[in-house]
Amino acid sequence: MAYMKVYFDHNATTPLHPEVKKEMIAGMEMFGNPSSMHAYGREARANVEDARRKVADFIGAHENEIIFVGSGSEANNTVLSLFVCSSSQCIPGSRRSTIITTKIEHPCVLETSECLAHRGVRVKYLDVDRYGKVDLDQLAGMLGDDVGLVSVMMANNEIGTLQDIGAITKMVHESGAYMHTDAVQAVGKVPVDVRDLGVDFLTISAHKIYGPKGVGALFVKQGIPYCPLIRGGHQERGRRAGTENTLGILGMARAVEMRMIEMPEEEERLLHLKQVLRQGIEERIDDISINGHPTDALASTLNVSFTGVEGEAILLYLDLEGIAVSTGSACASGSLDPSHVLLATGVDAELAHGSIRFSMGRQTSMQEVEYLLNVLPPIIKRIRNMSTAYIKGGLHAASR
Amino acid sequence: MLQAGEWAYSETLKEHFMNPKNILQGENTDDFDGVGMEGNLQCGDQMMVVIKVDKEKDVITDCQWKTYGCASAIASTSVLSEMVKGRTLDAAFHISPKEVALELGGLPDHKIHCSVLGDKALRAAINNYYTRNGQEDKVKQEQVKVICQCMNITDHDIEDAVLEGARTYFELQERTKCGTVCGQCKDESEALLEKYKHIHFGA
Repeated sequence: MAYMKVYFDHNATTPLHPEVKKEMIAGMEMFGNPSSMHAYGREARANVEDARRKVADFIGAHENEIIFVGSGSEANNTVLSLFVCSSSQCIPGSRRSTIITTKIEHPCVLETSECLAHRGVRVKYLDVDRYGKVDLDQLAGMLGDDVGLVSVMMANNEIGTLQDIGAITKMVHESGAYMHTDAVQAVGKVPVDVRDLGVDFLTISAHKIYGPKGVGALFVKQGIPYCPLIRGGHQERGRRAGTENTLGILGMARAVEMRMIEMPEEEERLLHLKQVLRQGIEERIDDISINGHPTDALASTLNVSFTGVEGEAILLYLDLEGIAVSTGSACASGSLDPSHVLLATGVDAELAHGSIRFSMGRQTSMQEVEYLLNVLPPIIKRIRNMSTAYIKGGLHAASR
Repeated sequence: MLQAGEWAYSETLKEHFMNPKNILQGENTDDFDGVGMEGNLQCGDQMMVVIKVDKEKDVITDCQWKTYGCASAIASTSVLSEMVKGRTLDAAFHISPKEVALELGGLPDHKIHCSVLGDKALRAAINNYYTRNGQEDKVKQEQVKVICQCMNITDHDIEDAVLEGARTYFELQERTKCGTVCGQCKDESEALLEKYKHIHFGA
């Protein structure tokens, strides 16, 4: 099969949708500050507010409930940081000073939580089962009148597992706490309606759904107490200072519109591709295991561990063949520990080092999946041939 | 706009990764005079080095290997296997990770530790040769010295911490907990920190 350039890393980021690109190129002429009262400003304001309505519509929210931010990470930081204020007038109040989150969140939630813990907030971490599902019994045991916020991601970026946010939110609200979900990997891939879910806070990012980088949105339910992370301006109704990223916001709104059109028919197609990819790998390569939930997961995401091979080596050999993937190996991350998500699901460290995430998108074709299925087995074979992991018995002892 | 950038690695490293030299084929090591293995799969790196020795001259005539690890681990074992051929056992024993990294055209700091296991496995193979040939007296054990008595931290732990990124005493303490109880080992730990920084990073 001839060399192809194939992108299997849509959970990292996505290419701009051609419609988004068109919208943004047209929008480049618009430079006014939405806060200005003159015609330039009013044009920008009109466009930002139009975009806000579109994003709100997409997740079933009211436009007043959408705050444009610089990234999903900023939105998550903002929500968690609501809980460090010790003012009696401030949001969670001083009594509810515990946050509950999970062991499989994105680092922007985990590291912010760690930082909050240093600042006196009590943080509890929910375990997940072998498929990456949160333990609801454990959550029930943790909830109490000391808990101010629960933050659980809707779809996991590494293994694609989906949580039952509706059910979790119900439990959280019954205990009197607020509920946040990082839906960066879910919005635009599965239907998300904030009223159905019942959540108080929800995070969206544009660049995961064929929009531009550097823009996201935070949904904050009306009437829920809120305090800005970035201060010093009246933008976003005083909830996020800084002149609006008008071009990014324009692009995000168009991305969301295109998702509304394309998403419904996409899931079935991706599910089929994922099934072909999974079966192909299972048939052509020995000693592999599939990570994540078999059914309750994103149609686009397949995470596979290959015994006896290290993920960065697979990633770079695939890169030489034009295929882009990502890995949970420590070596690729610059840290020494492999994927915290896989470890939390009970995957052995060795298998976590040998894990590869294939994440597909709107342009992924059957031809691309077939190309991958042709290229991958010889690469795994080649790495295994040079791997110590496939030496059987005795040798280790001989060297001692 | 720039096109796809260079690898994080040098061209030499890339070449050794794409076309590794001297991979041990199969599992049979009977034809070799010394076998050494270091590391473990849980940590993400494991290397095995096997050598053939000219017993008259104590010179390594062949070196093959297997590696479980990332691109820099694979490439550093490959380049090491080329470097040792023709060297005496004693000269090969003293090859440092820094020499391997230099031969590869440099390694990013956070990848240095990937290359350390190769020369350790080589030393294990050389020691294995000595043992097999009735020259136990020549076996050089890797000296391990406990530096921090309270937390049982050895010089190797300190070296590993430096390889993993510790550059200051505070960072060393964060990684190893060394000197966090009585603190008496501070001077010795700091001296070792500087020593290993110099050995591995020329700092």
